[in-house]
Amino acid sequence: MTAGRWRLLGVLVLIAVLLAFPFFLRNYGLNLYARWALIAAAGIGLNLTVGYAGQVSLGHAAFLGFGAYLSAFAIKAGWTMWPAIPAAALLCFVVGLALGFPALRVQHHYLAFATLGFNALVFLAMRNEEWLTGGNYGIQRILRPVVFGWSLRDSFSYAYVCLGVLAVIAAIAWWILRSPWGRAFAALRDNPIRAESLGVNVRAYTLLAFAIGGALAGIAGVFFAPLIGYIDPHMFSGLVSIDLLLIVIVGGSGRFIGPLLGAAVGVLLPEWLRFMGDWYLVAFGALVLALMAWCPTGLAGLPERVATLLRPAPRDPAERAT
Amino acid sequence: MSGLLSVAGLAKSYGAIKAVDGVSFEVEPGEILGVIGPNGSGKTTLFNAVLGQTKPTAGNVRFDGRDVTGWSPLALARAGLGRTFQTLQVFGGLSVRDNLIVAAQEAEGSLAGRLFAAPELGLGARAEEMIGLFGLGHVASLKAGALSYGQQKLVDIAMAFMGRPRLVFLDEPAAGVNPRLIGELGDLLRRLNAERDATFVVIEHNMEFVMSLCHRVLVMAEGRVLKVGKPEEIRADPAVLEAYLGV
Repeated sequence: MTAGRWRLLGVLVLIAVLLAFPFFLRNYGLNLYARWALIAAAGIGLNLTVGYAGQVSLGHAAFLGFGAYLSAFAIKAGWTMWPAIPAAALLCFVVGLALGFPALRVQHHYLAFATLGFNALVFLAMRNEEWLTGGNYGIQRILRPVVFGWSLRDSFSYAYVCLGVLAVIAAIAWWILRSPWGRAFAALRDNPIRAESLGVNVRAYTLLAFAIGGALAGIAGVFFAPLIGYIDPHMFSGLVSIDLLLIVIVGGSGRFIGPLLGAAVGVLLPEWLRFMGDWYLVAFGALVLALMAWCPTGLAGLPERVATLLRPAPRDPAERAT
Repeated sequence: MSGLLSVAGLAKSYGAIKAVDGVSFEVEPGEILGVIGPNGSGKTTLFNAVLGQTKPTAGNVRFDGRDVTGWSPLALARAGLGRTFQTLQVFGGLSVRDNLIVAAQEAEGSLAGRLFAAPELGLGARAEEMIGLFGLGHVASLKAGALSYGQQKLVDIAMAFMGRPRLVFLDEPAAGVNPRLIGELGDLLRRLNAERDATFVVIEHNMEFVMSLCHRVLVMAEGRVLKVGKPEEIRADPAVLEAYLGV
């Protein structure tokens, strides 16, 4: 079998496992599973911005928040959550374009601080505009949808809704990344100066990387509010943005499967390590440190890392010495 | 005075230092022009001022009949001016084939159109041709960042020609390349020139390489043009020998 065939087989097995999984879970597990799917979906958006286009962002939780609040508003207004999907995508796309502007001037940790500042601003707006957002208290009792008399309120049905969201967002991201845009994003990440000298519109692609990454996270956010049932500003603070970035990096930045693996760590590990109490963060931090030191390509790069350890890399006989 | 590129009185100063001080030259279609000069004589600054990397303080640049002075690198690239950089500049995370395709894809259709276009935009055949020409067939699917220095240099140069630019500036293509590959590189560039009418300007320190490749050579010293002429004239000029070779 060729590498392409193996990959296709891997994807099919993954889909089958993901589809079968909820049958083995009870309420608590189903909610965790749904949460994993949405965090992974938001991570796919962030991975496009960070991993593929090379633009550091510590403001991604804000997009999740936009989606969640729009969803809560729509549900509370009695419109159901569906109109919130295009609204969140559009709002996050436009805000993402605006957030991209600092990236045209600064890069790396300066850009991280600029985007973190944006997240702080959004957090303050969510906390202080009580008339709209309920302030610190947030918005309670956000009900899950009923479609054509078919209730999606139970955790089992809603887990599949969230899996569907993940599938759709993954498909959109896959489409974009396999198009010439994906190649242009990688060129922007690897070498913006060379890219520009080859006619790549670095400005347009930088803004698009933030806009698309934001819009995908916004869509995930719409489904996040009814999953938890309530929202408050702390669920979308800069700390959550840091978590999201960690999820992308631990999973494997710039790898398509990365956010799915990273989200599994980011969602499940806190639950498994709950017995450790406050020590959880220490354990999590140590794990991330060890992984980054030993395998900087993240969990997605682990198989290759192990493979290179097991056998020395074959030397290219045609390699030209310099 | 109707060259493909015509540079007139170009100057670039950093405070009191005149890195480029009133340089004028022409590039004719189908020509290979060499630019030589001691370190610090302003060759790379000249390239950067012509190619929009830095704004010239005086003078103008005309390309293909249009005044392009101070245009951005992006606008110049779109107008058909290609370049390589002094240091290696490939997209390490992309395969060799994708490096070549991305080097030409932005000229195909509109930005929005490219999102819905076929992934290779019909550039696959042209990329294969370049891969064949530069002898990169056995590494075409590997990530460019994983190749040896010499191979990356070939990818780097192939990328500059991939978009079929009207004129390419090569900044030290032979630097750090082993002698055998320098010979191959010279043959490749001569072939591109003879078979495809590729026009280029080359900065290079390797005299043998420059003299055997270029139709004309421009010698710079202290930000000015010392002499322009055929390789054999340059070789015989006492002023050049004194400024450049220090004899």
